[in-house]
Amino acid sequence: MESAMRIFRSRGVSKLTHQLLKRCLHSSTVARMAITPRSEPVSHPEGKQRVTLVPGDGVGPEIMSSVQAVFTDAGVPVEFEEFHISEVNPKMNAKHDDVINSFLTNGVGLKGIIATPTHFKGGVLQTLNMRLRKEMDLYANVVHVKSLPGVRTRHNNLDFLIIREQTEGEYSALEHESVSGVVESLKIITREKSRRIAKFAFDYATKHGRSKVTAVHKANIMKLGDGLFLECCQEISELYPKIQFESMIIDNCCMQLVSNPYQFDVMVMPNLYGNIVDNLAAGLVGGAGVVAGESYSQDVAVFQPGARHSFAQAMGRDIANPTAMILSACNMLKHMHLEYHSKLIEDALLRVIKAGKVLTPDMNGFSTMSDFTNAIVHQLHS
Amino acid sequence: MATRVLKSLLAPSVRTLCRRYSSQDARTVTLIPGDGIGPEISAAVQQIFSAAQVPISWEAVDVTPVKGPDGKFRIPPKAIESMNKNKLGLKGPLATPIGKGHPSLNLALRKEFSLYANVRPCKSVEGYETVYKDVDLVTIRENTEGEYSGIEHIIVDGVVQSIKLITEQASRRVAEFAFEYAKLNGRDMVTAVHKANIMRMSDGLFLKCCRAAAEKHKDIKFNEMYLDTVCLNMVQDPSQFDVLVMPNLYGDILSDLCAGLIGGLGVTPSGNIGENGAAIFESVHGTAPDIAGQDKANPTALLLSAVMMLRHMGLTEHARKIEKACFETIREGNVRTADLGGSSKCSEYTQEICRKVEAMD
Repeated sequence: MESAMRIFRSRGVSKLTHQLLKRCLHSSTVARMAITPRSEPVSHPEGKQRVTLVPGDGVGPEIMSSVQAVFTDAGVPVEFEEFHISEVNPKMNAKHDDVINSFLTNGVGLKGIIATPTHFKGGVLQTLNMRLRKEMDLYANVVHVKSLPGVRTRHNNLDFLIIREQTEGEYSALEHESVSGVVESLKIITREKSRRIAKFAFDYATKHGRSKVTAVHKANIMKLGDGLFLECCQEISELYPKIQFESMIIDNCCMQLVSNPYQFDVMVMPNLYGNIVDNLAAGLVGGAGVVAGESYSQDVAVFQPGARHSFAQAMGRDIANPTAMILSACNMLKHMHLEYHSKLIEDALLRVIKAGKVLTPDMNGFSTMSDFTNAIVHQLHS
Repeated sequence: MATRVLKSLLAPSVRTLCRRYSSQDARTVTLIPGDGIGPEISAAVQQIFSAAQVPISWEAVDVTPVKGPDGKFRIPPKAIESMNKNKLGLKGPLATPIGKGHPSLNLALRKEFSLYANVRPCKSVEGYETVYKDVDLVTIRENTEGEYSGIEHIIVDGVVQSIKLITEQASRRVAEFAFEYAKLNGRDMVTAVHKANIMRMSDGLFLKCCRAAAEKHKDIKFNEMYLDTVCLNMVQDPSQFDVLVMPNLYGDILSDLCAGLIGGLGVTPSGNIGENGAAIFESVHGTAPDIAGQDKANPTALLLSAVMMLRHMGLTEHARKIEKACFETIREGNVRTADLGGSSKCSEYTQEICRKVEAMD
């Protein structure tokens, strides 16, 4: 009996070591693959990875220069491929196909906010934002709402994720005037896309060690549309038994966010609700200037501020807060396996904010953006 | 010509809105106590009203749906008659049984009396602290169309299309109401909340109607803002807002959000304004079946809704008195219900308010 056990045990062990060995070999190849582009001088001189950069409107260009300054000083092995596109002066735009191709080739991009003027003529699908989203199929938007120590807000220590479907729903741009004075606007919800975003949410939760996913909807009113979304989330949740699943109606969700935001972990929702909750949550932790976001398609990841405001009224005044963009850029570096540089910059940024001496006006400080950027650069060296 | 026609369409509702009642005639108000804690809190309100000697007589009706001759469940005709006669109603929370074959009662009432505008004043309650201290705003929500048109269909399996309906008539009506309300209640700014950068035609139409109304009311400041920007600013600094007017879904979301700012639906009043002078004031919280009948419920939301009703009727003096007594009781903090952080019973809380009201005379 005892010998049998011993054999069994030894077999078990050998099987385990075998598996471990296999996994080690596998992960080492992965690691090597991630490093190769940096050490391969043929396609990328100086061993830099290339990233598409779209500064956007409003304070976008200023903020990007701040990001680039920090990047240069931190010696980040990244090369930017810059494209200026805007709705404001379309004639100056880079060619749309070039921008898309750049994003697709590089697979990674850093993007400011492109504002859509209300007087814009033509359908919503022709706006640059929608075209970029549609042509690259950037279906998932993730906003990480996290309180920054040093930024004084009403709620502290918040940490949750908002995942938004951003290719259908209310943003389908299907509207018509049936008779004069009566307008119908269509909201499209499909099973395919709902399942896709639900799966993305659960995968993201798994990958980032989160324990709960909340689906936000209005299925009590839109029984078919939001009902389908909710049903898809429920179906997908069954595949992830380790992650708790719950659902919440959007109006209640907003009320809970301002009264007890600590109950949330990962939230997943259709397009318009995502827009609302993203901004609401950004307000909770200090505004549009401090929240990072990212959009994903199958092959491309675009990093941009989480709350989309171009802040045009501050343009050229050197008062914008580059925190959101720098945090997004750090997330981008993490995504590119440049963890060292990501951590370096993020730590410097957080130290500056925590110290509270050099802050932009939106964080109750009195410094300019340049001073704030210089303080971060200074921290990089200390 | 078109504007004249519209004006004549609008006139009655505006006129009735402005109508003032002298406090001598006793008006009859339809009372819908509701389900769960509804009867208790309705009784509390009645008690306080009689303490304040409000010249109102109540006509309590039951709205439990009855089966009509066609087999469909609907509001009993007696309730409808009462409302049609009195034009004014106070309503406790109603439970909508899910999947029992009859539609939401709230929706039915809204349809029956074409209650087109939902008004919710949100004001920080002193003594009941939340992290937001300086809230004093009113949300006005279009209540009849928009995303809640209920028109949806499955195009093919797995593809659903929901229709958001925006009409010029309804948008104009609510926009006009918002400005009238602002004027009557001494407020100085109206903000139109929209998403016209995305829904260009539908929200665009709504916005156009708001602009047209703003043109007519130059004494009220007008401002337009994207829904997402409002949400962002609302949680950072709610004091910058005054009156907000918006389509149905946005109103649903924002009114609950604002209620959250001041401590939840237990302290938020609500009124539904209809055509031809009909109006139903209600508490928008749930029926709380778990504490029903235990004398634990908080009547504040319904009481403040009733105060709103008094203001609507022009009984401002009574309204002021009752409101003051209610807020004072909460501020002092000796007698509060459990949800406001106290340990008193509903009846004790009611008596304290009554005592204060009587002491004011």
